[in-house]
Amino acid sequence: MSQLDLARLQFAMTSIYHFLFVPVTIGLGFLTALLQTAWHRTGLADYLRLTKFFGTLLLINVAVGVVTGLVQEFQFGMDWSVYSRTVGDVFGAPLAMEGLAAFFLESTFLGLWVFGWDRLPKRVHLATIWAVALGGALSAAFIMAANSWMQHPVGYTVNPSTGRPQLNDVWKLFTNPVFLRGYLHVLLASVVTGAVVMLAVSAWQLRKGRSPLVFHASARLSLVVLVPAILVAMLVGSELGVTEGKYQPMKIAGAEAQWTTCQPCSFSIFQVGGGKNDETPTKIIQVPHLLSLLATNHWNGKVLGLNTVQSQYESQFGPGSYVPNIFIQYWSMRVMAYLATIVLLVGLWGLWLLLRKKLSTARVFLGVATWVVILPFLMNTAGWLLTESGRQPWIVQGIQLTRNGVSPSITTTTVAISILVFFLLYLALAVVEIVLMTRYARRDPAVPPSSEVPQPVPAY
Amino acid sequence: MALATFWFILTAVLWTGFFVLEGFDLGVGLLHTVVARDDAGRRAAIGTIGPLWDGNEVWLIVAAAAMFAAFPGWYATLFSGYYLVLVLVLVGLILRGVSFEFRDKAERSSWRTVWDTTLTVGSLLVPFFLGVMLGGMLHGIPIGQDQEFSGNFGDLFSGYAVFTGLTLVLLCLLHGAVFLTLRTTGTVRGRARLLARRIAPFTALAVLAFLPWTHSTAGKGVLPSIMQLIAVLLVISAAWLVTSGHEGWAFTATTLTIATCVLSVFVDLYPHLIVSSTNQAYDITVSNAASGNYALKVMSVVAIVLLPVVLVYQGWTYHVFWRRVSPGQPDTGAAQPAE
Ligand code: HDD
Ligand code: HEM
Ligand code: HEM
Repeated sequence: MSQLDLARLQFAMTSIYHFLFVPVTIGLGFLTALLQTAWHRTGLADYLRLTKFFGTLLLINVAVGVVTGLVQEFQFGMDWSVYSRTVGDVFGAPLAMEGLAAFFLESTFLGLWVFGWDRLPKRVHLATIWAVALGGALSAAFIMAANSWMQHPVGYTVNPSTGRPQLNDVWKLFTNPVFLRGYLHVLLASVVTGAVVMLAVSAWQLRKGRSPLVFHASARLSLVVLVPAILVAMLVGSELGVTEGKYQPMKIAGAEAQWTTCQPCSFSIFQVGGGKNDETPTKIIQVPHLLSLLATNHWNGKVLGLNTVQSQYESQFGPGSYVPNIFIQYWSMRVMAYLATIVLLVGLWGLWLLLRKKLSTARVFLGVATWVVILPFLMNTAGWLLTESGRQPWIVQGIQLTRNGVSPSITTTTVAISILVFFLLYLALAVVEIVLMTRYARRDPAVPPSSEVPQPVPAY
Repeated sequence: MALATFWFILTAVLWTGFFVLEGFDLGVGLLHTVVARDDAGRRAAIGTIGPLWDGNEVWLIVAAAAMFAAFPGWYATLFSGYYLVLVLVLVGLILRGVSFEFRDKAERSSWRTVWDTTLTVGSLLVPFFLGVMLGGMLHGIPIGQDQEFSGNFGDLFSGYAVFTGLTLVLLCLLHGAVFLTLRTTGTVRGRARLLARRIAPFTALAVLAFLPWTHSTAGKGVLPSIMQLIAVLLVISAAWLVTSGHEGWAFTATTLTIATCVLSVFVDLYPHLIVSSTNQAYDITVSNAASGNYALKVMSVVAIVLLPVVLVYQGWTYHVFWRRVSPGQPDTGAAQPAE
């Protein structure tokens, strides 16, 4: 493997890992704020218990989310120095804004929330958890603006003397159509992830029959949030297909393994074959017109095939292959969509039980709802593979190729060492995180563990 | 040009803010097992920085992001050149960050020993290797015509760079020890005071050697600049204040010592960003690495609006938590959200 392949592997590994925790932070942060608000409004002790219970899970998760974010921030310079030097003028701005506007907010107010229970007036304390939730949403906004610029560069001119893009309209970064939709999709995906985690924990507790009233309340909240959020996420997701069709036609054609231009285009449920060079996969169960709808919003829309776009790009950018990894495109799209359907169905099932007042006793549902927790993580990873791998071979669409962005000064050995170090460290963190999460998720919030009172110092 | 200089100053201030604020919590991380022999005492020591460390660390993130946005060439060359050094810094930051959260999540003493160790090791890696990087920018590293690092790992460890790392570790130790005397009670406080007195002379000596070395490395002679003279006075008064038991003033002095030491590196560095040891023509400088005027203008507006707001709420956090933490003190117990 070359240093380029390793740098890509490293970026993929650390980003996917970071994004296992980020959506939980954003989603659960928002839900915890809702729980504390409910306590504030009603004064019911159950809501306070739930706030503290899910707040602890949030904190365990944030610890890993934050430290893995640091790696992300340094990585651009470490592995992609030519990229950083070329586009820092545009791309650096949203990152710096993210730090100033979001990370300070989130980390400072999280400290205040955790340690401020008996030092701050109740209202102020409630405001701190909302500030944390806002910080999470803001940080996603800035990073998505940066990433969307890589998908569809806007608001810049190329400096004739250096040949580098230079920012000339910052407003365009934040009105980029790819950003507006992608950000909404990511926020909704995060709320879905948080809600599924809350649902799974509540379902497990209900199955054990512990504090049924308390966890009925959290299960209800998670279901009420989950179902609309995932419905809208799916709608926005299909809008993203249209956006791709407009700005990154390779991506959407890749997601269907569509080599030739078609009109109208059908969507296959399943295919056999269809790897990088296999242009004739066996498609199984074709849904007519669906691809046209997804990619263009029109019943009879025309979708450019991979070969068509390839020859277009060759005449525009010179010889070379501009086709991303089709296998990843095809399956990541389907994993996301199919699993989303499953989660939606589970959510509807839960709502139906809730209406019939059978939620706490429906053992089969509670078992299923516990295991569903794995799915959002798979969907999130699949979604990012679709986005990032689908942009290849570009690191910034139409401006720089990934292979031209890598740091020339680093060697295969250096990157290999760092991959190994981060892999082992991340593995250890994952084990500890899962152990702690499951242990704390299984505690009975009604019974404070005797060893934990009195607390000697504020422990965090 | 003027805006680029403004951003150089701002970047220097962000790095300084990081070392001043994270400085004491790195020091606490290094000393928490030394100032307290029992678990309650260690928890008290860590409790003094519990609500603060994460916000302090963001100064580093913003400093790096400011370099990326305002001086892409600086960020690119520095971060790729110091690749493995930064891996070590990141390992340190990761170990530290999770230790705070994980340590008290189980009762077994072996579990706690693990996280006490990772906290200590992490708190050592971060200031030392960041110091090596800071010193290296001034001392010079091999940079080629393409503005990329052209040396090997060993080139990053010049004598001056290593000494910068050591000086920062010593500064953090003293800063942290004084902080602990201010924020704890009883035996923990007693030990912290004793430690501060022992560390103070070493820190002072290191700083006294570091400042002229910095100045001469920059090729500006051994006679210190005004800022460095102030730093010398500060570190001597810090050592004296620590020994004479004026803890509040001692903390002010250590704060200002760190600030002036870090700033004087940047002052001597200007207008360079990274000195090239291969050829003067390949130096990374404020003028050849800066972003365009428009980007700098936008960033200036954002920073001028947001930084004061950040300072206000971070200051407020310090105000809320500025109270001594004692081992076994029950009234702080409810601070744990999972009761
Ligand atoms: C729980 C999470 C979740 C759910 C239910 C969905 N997605 Fe998604 N999707 C993501 C989580 C996600 C994500 C991880 O958040 C991504 C990665 C980048 C992004 O903007 O959001 C994403 C990206 C993403 C992209 C790529 C955007 C780009 O290239 O910039 C498309 C086309 C879709 N999604 C489409 C869908 C469709 C058609 C869905 C439903 C049928 C769907 N998503 C449900
Ligand atoms: C957190 C969610 C994200 C995930 C899971 C993710 C995933 C990935 C993956 C899998 C790759 C490798 C693609 C390939 O080489 O085939 C990649 C590449 C990359 N992504 Fe992302 N990404 C995420 C967010 C971002 C964001 C927000 C940015 C920019 C702000 C970004 C910038 C990059 C860069 C610079 C590369 C390296 C070059 C490349 O291989 O394309 N990523 N990412
Ligand atoms: C869509 C992709 C991403 C989103 C939505 C996102 C969001 C977040 C959030 C909410 C946090 C708060 C800490 C936590 O996770 O609990 C965080 C942490 C962090 N993220 Fe990401 N992130 C993304 C990708 C990235 C990338 C590509 C970078 C690199 C620039 C990055 C840099 C950071 C940093 C530096 C932190 C630590 C902040 C702290 O100490 O408080 N993130 N991210």
